[in-house]
Amino acid sequence: MTGPGDASVLDVLCPMHIVISETGHITHAGPTARKLTGDRPMVGARFLEVFAVNRPRAVASMEDLKRSGGAKLHLEMRAAPHTALKAVLVPLPDGDGKMIVNLSFGISIVDGVRDYALSNADFAATDLAIEMLYLIEAKTAAMDESRRLNLRLQGAKVAAEQKADTDMLTGLANRRALNTVLTRLVAGQVPFAVMQIDLDYFKAVNDTLGHAAGDHVLQTVARIMAEETRKKDTVARVGGDEFTIVLADVRGDDILRRVGRRIINRLEEPISFKGQLCRISASIGTVWIQSGISPAMHELMDDADVALYASKHAGRARQTIYDPSLRDLAGKVSARDAPGQHPA
Amino acid sequence: MHGLINRSIQNYICASFGAHIWEDVVRHAGLAFNSFEAMLTYEDSLTHAVLDALADITRRSRGDLLEDFGTFIVADPKFEAVRRLLRFGGVSFEDFLHSLDDLPDRARLAVPDLHLPQIELRAVGDGRYSLICKSDVAGFAHLMMGVLRAMADDYGALALLEPTGAVQGVETLSISLIEPDYAEGRAFELGARAG
Repeated sequence: MTGPGDASVLDVLCPMHIVISETGHITHAGPTARKLTGDRPMVGARFLEVFAVNRPRAVASMEDLKRSGGAKLHLEMRAAPHTALKAVLVPLPDGDGKMIVNLSFGISIVDGVRDYALSNADFAATDLAIEMLYLIEAKTAAMDESRRLNLRLQGAKVAAEQKADTDMLTGLANRRALNTVLTRLVAGQVPFAVMQIDLDYFKAVNDTLGHAAGDHVLQTVARIMAEETRKKDTVARVGGDEFTIVLADVRGDDILRRVGRRIINRLEEPISFKGQLCRISASIGTVWIQSGISPAMHELMDDADVALYASKHAGRARQTIYDPSLRDLAGKVSARDAPGQHPA
Repeated sequence: MHGLINRSIQNYICASFGAHIWEDVVRHAGLAFNSFEAMLTYEDSLTHAVLDALADITRRSRGDLLEDFGTFIVADPKFEAVRRLLRFGGVSFEDFLHSLDDLPDRARLAVPDLHLPQIELRAVGDGRYSLICKSDVAGFAHLMMGVLRAMADDYGALALLEPTGAVQGVETLSISLIEPDYAEGRAFELGARAG
């Protein structure tokens, strides 16, 4: 295993092999191994001055190295770019203390081919390095494509969710979004309030001035309600001229009275549409849920309807805050009206 | 058919004929959407409908268009990834030809649900080969002709390519390698990555 013929066999089978003499000098390097030191010749240099042995830790001298025969070695090039290599060392049986070290880039194959400008011809025909590079590149391309698809789908999902939660005419939340908010608040421990609002005289606007005027009024109403509430409150349009406001974190009913009064006052300001003045008002039924109470959703909405009904019954353009005694009034009135009919 | 193939056809149509022709194809083929997603899978019938629509609208034969498409996916700079992945197949054009049998398996290695038609290279003499293509897509041999022509250019080889027959889903392409090192090929650096 000393003649040039033997080396040429190994050059084909293991182009990244290195032959080391007993003194620890590199006496031969395969064609790809030679590229690792660039312009500086590898042959003639001391193996441990070119490569540092990181694992096993105990290898510090040539004597240690000789004893590591057959084990997997983790090497690192001492010169930049400090390429990490895997290696295995085999002492030659009758080679006067000579050893062969076969090198591989292992996991740093991508950096290796780039840093040393390697080509297909630098790897043995049986080496899986090229397939590995192919796979990395193909998988990366496929993954990039998948990521682009995911981003598009995510964008479409957000847009669809927004659309599903929004009333198209006014941009307010819709009933679906309202239910989401209420479900969260009902389950929580924070005081909150629900205002059920019916516009008064809106039908007259629609009937006399037309749907365009009606739409304009609804959009104005939406803007006013949004302005008279805080960002953390939810304003929803839940029917033609029916709105629900959920006020988060309400500490007292005096706040509710003020907010309700302001909304009614502003809605009563005439709304101008193409030279015509539209006049409406609003009736409000409000339920205040104090902290520690977790009402059932249907009871909550029913209480709000009872309070709203009381406002309508008392002459409209006002707010009623729910009280259980209102139930007696509602009972008497609904006995007179057609059963199940919503208060007009 | 995999979205990668459908999307590539769409890109080819947009790049070669313009977005307005793609819109015509969408209408003509009766697609329920206006763009293929590369990472989804579609009914084979949609691919056929798109190819038929393109042939009708451009008044060109399907074989002619598929050959053009084959060249496009290799040679167009936007498809650099395809060229690079094909170049991994061999160090020379001849070496590459011998890797064609593995092409469907290689594709599946990257994208498990990407099924390419089976192709088989048969040596018939000195530098002469037959490529046997088994595919439901009529004109697939023409597509391979476009791919191989562009790859021969890429390697700098001179090869004569000619479809020599189509019988019941099996199409044959004859390949004559005239000059392996006819011209300087395009560089292929292992360490470079398609952007």
